[in-house]
Amino acid sequence: MNRDLLKFLAFAVMILLAPLAFQGGYLMNVLVFVGIYTMLAIGLNLLLGYAGQISLGHAGFFGLGAYLSGVLSATYGWNPWLAMPLAALLVGALAFLIGFPILKLKGHYLAMATLGLGIIIYIVFNETVDLTGGPSGLSGIPNLAIGSLTFDSDVKNYYLIWAFTLLTILLTLNLANSRVGRALRAVHDSEVAARVMGVNARLLTVQIFALSAVISSIAGSLYAHTMAFVSPASFGFNFSVELLTMVVIGGLGSIYGSFLGAALLTLLPEFLRAAQDYDIIIYGGLLMLMVMFMPGGLVRGVPDLFRKLLKKGRGSHA
Amino acid sequence: MLEVAGITQIFGGVTALEEVSFTIARGTITGVIGPNGAGKTTLFNIVSGIYTQTAGRVLLKGSDVSGLPPEKLARLGMVRTFQNIELFGGMTVRENVMVGRHTRSSSGLLACSLRMPWSRREEANIRTGAMKWLEFTGITELADVTAGNLPFGKGRLLEIARALAVEPEIILMDEPAAGLNSQETQGLARLIQRIRDLGITVVLVEHDMELVMEICDRIVVLNLGRKLAEGTPREIQENIEVIAAYLGDDT
Repeated sequence: MNRDLLKFLAFAVMILLAPLAFQGGYLMNVLVFVGIYTMLAIGLNLLLGYAGQISLGHAGFFGLGAYLSGVLSATYGWNPWLAMPLAALLVGALAFLIGFPILKLKGHYLAMATLGLGIIIYIVFNETVDLTGGPSGLSGIPNLAIGSLTFDSDVKNYYLIWAFTLLTILLTLNLANSRVGRALRAVHDSEVAARVMGVNARLLTVQIFALSAVISSIAGSLYAHTMAFVSPASFGFNFSVELLTMVVIGGLGSIYGSFLGAALLTLLPEFLRAAQDYDIIIYGGLLMLMVMFMPGGLVRGVPDLFRKLLKKGRGSHA
Repeated sequence: MLEVAGITQIFGGVTALEEVSFTIARGTITGVIGPNGAGKTTLFNIVSGIYTQTAGRVLLKGSDVSGLPPEKLARLGMVRTFQNIELFGGMTVRENVMVGRHTRSSSGLLACSLRMPWSRREEANIRTGAMKWLEFTGITELADVTAGNLPFGKGRLLEIARALAVEPEIILMDEPAAGLNSQETQGLARLIQRIRDLGITVVLVEHDMELVMEICDRIVVLNLGRKLAEGTPREIQENIEVIAAYLGDDT
């Protein structure tokens, strides 16, 4: 218990001090995105890594949060701090209602159904031009502010986003180590045995689906208020796949793994600028290699690799 | 405790069970036996809520529980184990048994995320509750082992510990001795008797005749989907029809 808390505190300190290393640089902006994507990856990981249910439509929930927040604050003049929780509530309720019929499906069928859901949401963003501005996007979304402190610079945004991300990490770690987290993993390992133990597998997975959507929606609101602009292109099928890649590369069923996956996939393109148009091939290749050689993700695979290398090193000396 | 009344199960034209009825008294050990294909496992799957029967009723403590899903039955005090042990392979032995405490705890998504004082208290209770059943089944020293790495015999004990953690009134065991060596089977016999001594009703489907005859208070014999006989071990051993069924005599 205490070790988990120490680990979290160490991580939090690292995050808080990171801006000192990159003072004002361009990387600060990238790290803001790492925060947002970490939240998204954790949300999807709860569903995929813990409950063992796939979703190819999570970009849709992310987009819904962003657009609901954006439209309410930019068009209707709502305070962003009110728009954000209302968006989360609506998206959570929607996911809960859709979850009951959709989570009856398993495996490929669930993947197809969530894919369809994501595509429908994407089409709505494009077609409801009066509300969303259609393909050209929605601009003029106000920044979040506390009193006279407006979150309008990279450094301020960094702390704003990471406050939410750290909170998400803390709460989901708590959840993962609780009776609910155990029940989820139990459903994942053997649904029939979990049910015999009294776990209502159906209700639980629907709840997690909704929670996952809520986290994605909050990440979407934060995205909208920091970027001040949203357009449908950010919430398409490609992004759902990218999220999935983050979760798998980082490590299924690991909260910190989600951070690693999000960080890697956000930072990588910065270093692969030259290979611009081939990035989707690189993602695909990475995903394949990971599944083949590190099915536990970076968070488990890298320590294992070190252990193996260490053993080999010792072996050759003997 | 448990009453099975006129259970019929038809799978796409094949009658797996036909009008099977019997009653099980509280605090007894009952064995359900029969040659392969007799319908024992089908019967278990119906009673434990995994299948829904074509006709007939299941009564638990006098109330009709036909068609209720397993998670509801757990709350009503009935659990089961599986022939090919169904463990939570990625979790530790302790965590497996902690899942057994699910119905005895209630913290939801929000309380668990926020680590509310009552959910922390509950978590401590779950932990001590789980340890109690690990001790009862004698696998305390394996508490931190990943369940997927257990040898088969220990896995069987874990499955029983996990079922007991639910604090059921009745436990159904599907071939608990399958895959165990003779020493482990002896240990299992003692364990089942100790479970009965706690006041828990035990029903087992079993192929190991020696075990069944040794520990069961009553035996129900199924053959080709029908109840062939019912009685004490002695009565069953002397029953001509039962002997014929087992020897494959169809006169």
